[in-house]
Amino acid sequence: MKTASSIALVFGALLVLAAPRVALAETDCLSCHGDTSQQDASGKNIAGVDTSVFHASLHGSLKCGDCHATIKDYPHPDQVTPVKCESCHTGEAEGLVGSVHANRAEHPCTSCHGNAHAIFPKTDPRSAVYPLNIPHTCGACHGNDAMAKQHGLPNVYPQYIDSIHGFALSKEGLLVAANCQSCHGSHHILSHSDPQSPTYKTNIPKTCGNCHAGITANYMGGVHGKAVAAGDLHAPVCSDCHTAHAILQPTEATFRMQSTPICGSCHKDKLSTYRDTFHSQLGSLGGYVETARCWDCHGAHDVLPASDPRSPIAPANLVATCGKCHAGANASFVQYQPHANAHNRKLNPALYFTRLFMNLLLAGTLGFFLIHTILWLIRSRYQQIKTRPAKGGKNG
Amino acid sequence: MADLKQDTSKAPSHAGERYFVRFTREQRYLHAVLFTTFLGLAATGLPMRFSESFWARKFASGVGGFGTIIFFHKFFAVVLTVAFLIHVKDVFTRALVHREKGIFWGKTSMVANWKDVKDIFGHMRWFLGLGPKPQFERYAYWEKFDYWAVFWGMIVIGFSGYAMWFAPFFARFLPGWALNAVLVIHSEEGLLAILFIFSIHFVNTHLRPDSFPMDMVIFTGVESEEEFKTKRPEEYQRVAAQGKLETRLGVKPPVWLLNFSKAVGYTAIFIGLLLLVLTLSAYFGS
Repeated sequence: MKTASSIALVFGALLVLAAPRVALAETDCLSCHGDTSQQDASGKNIAGVDTSVFHASLHGSLKCGDCHATIKDYPHPDQVTPVKCESCHTGEAEGLVGSVHANRAEHPCTSCHGNAHAIFPKTDPRSAVYPLNIPHTCGACHGNDAMAKQHGLPNVYPQYIDSIHGFALSKEGLLVAANCQSCHGSHHILSHSDPQSPTYKTNIPKTCGNCHAGITANYMGGVHGKAVAAGDLHAPVCSDCHTAHAILQPTEATFRMQSTPICGSCHKDKLSTYRDTFHSQLGSLGGYVETARCWDCHGAHDVLPASDPRSPIAPANLVATCGKCHAGANASFVQYQPHANAHNRKLNPALYFTRLFMNLLLAGTLGFFLIHTILWLIRSRYQQIKTRPAKGGKNG
Repeated sequence: MADLKQDTSKAPSHAGERYFVRFTREQRYLHAVLFTTFLGLAATGLPMRFSESFWARKFASGVGGFGTIIFFHKFFAVVLTVAFLIHVKDVFTRALVHREKGIFWGKTSMVANWKDVKDIFGHMRWFLGLGPKPQFERYAYWEKFDYWAVFWGMIVIGFSGYAMWFAPFFARFLPGWALNAVLVIHSEEGLLAILFIFSIHFVNTHLRPDSFPMDMVIFTGVESEEEFKTKRPEEYQRVAAQGKLETRLGVKPPVWLLNFSKAVGYTAIFIGLLLLVLTLSAYFGS
């Protein structure tokens, strides 16, 4: 038994000797890093850790050495290798590969997640990636004019924050309101020119549809949705009409005022004939946003040709469609052509000749009287000068 | 005030001059209502016609947008319609109830006659120095044209305007294309009226050397004997020959009326010329 116990003792001593040096305890690190105001020899503030916050954070149960794995001794070198978050967060690290933020030197994890010693779950309002904090977090770079210019990007933060999504988020604190990450993703953010990106043109209906499922279903049934699904990149997706970041409430005056030229940027001939009508004339003066815009008649998302019986501009539906604004609209009233072209003799002969007659009347009357008046002016002045000394009063 | 007193003190030196009535109070009021509502209709109609131009948008946003513009456009339209209907009723009352002679035909009628045709050509010959100046009667041909242009314009612009205002009602008896045509008619005829009044009428009636800078007779109702004689010699001679000159005698307009009329008239002419410039700039700018 004696032998056995001495073997065990020796073995135990060997074990102790063979084991690595005892790791630095948290208290050892905190003897310096527990004081946020402490400076090193060169006068730089050393990275301080607020232990009360740290212990409440997601990483609170970890030891310093778990992340700062290269630091074994005290004192440690001035330059330490950066912490490798990916040693635990492998999925996120994989996501970053190939993304617009792939450069780890330019975009360290902490640039979005904030202080590494104060990481909280994204459901916690203290987290930098809590939904209500995300725009501010991304805006640190994407609300910066110089940075935007340097990378050839628009300065999107102010646009977003004044949008309907931005208001819902900042004013109402609506957690479901779209924030940056809702559309762009988080780690694997791709350029909108990448077909894999949720913001690539053909993927946008699906991206917006994550929240706006009903609208997307409507849209996919309309001519625009079908064209995009068939690969026609000229057809508009959500962001072509609503914009990407500066999205407005569609019933808002500003949006109603700006929507027509958006449709007109593709439908040029329709815009030009619309411009000739009273709808456009009074609509462009403002203050009267009720005036019919394209989508008041054609529908907004499920735009369908007049030949489709479900279309609001199908002949059978016109009385109801026009009747939305014009109380008392009847079958005869809806023969009005909102896109009549007074310059086209074949399409609108009656209108063409009406316009021609009115123009001839205008030109003829003014032309005759212009000549008449000019000749009269010259003759009267001549007469006046010739007979000035003669009597005849001031109007002689 | 000093100027005003001076004018009053000067008055006796012209005391010998006689003044003759050309327009009744009702006719002057009709003209005042006509030009006030016309300026209002032009000022509110032009921004709609040229809604793309910057001044139209500035004006619209200044007054509270399209809603305000169309409200005042309709308001002036209704006032002018009432004035027009009163005038038509008045003409027919004079002709049919009072059996007044010469309303539809004769030397004092507004209806064109053979003398007007001769006067047009005679006047043109005089312009070119090829003949004597025609001797005009009570209403010269261009004055008759002004009257009928307004009359025709009232019916055309009024009808097309009301057709747009009450489109579903008018659609009951108008063909579909007419609803498109009324806007073209309304805006072209309105444009013609605006261009005509603010250039031709202003010059023919007010700015030509014989009347420059303004013919006050439509405001005061009276004109001096000299003016009567030189502008409408045939009428003067006819009335004189009938021995009825005395029945046409009026009083020299008081200074306040002249000053008031000048203020109103110059304002109207200024607004009109401003609208003319804006119209031409928008018309040729677009």
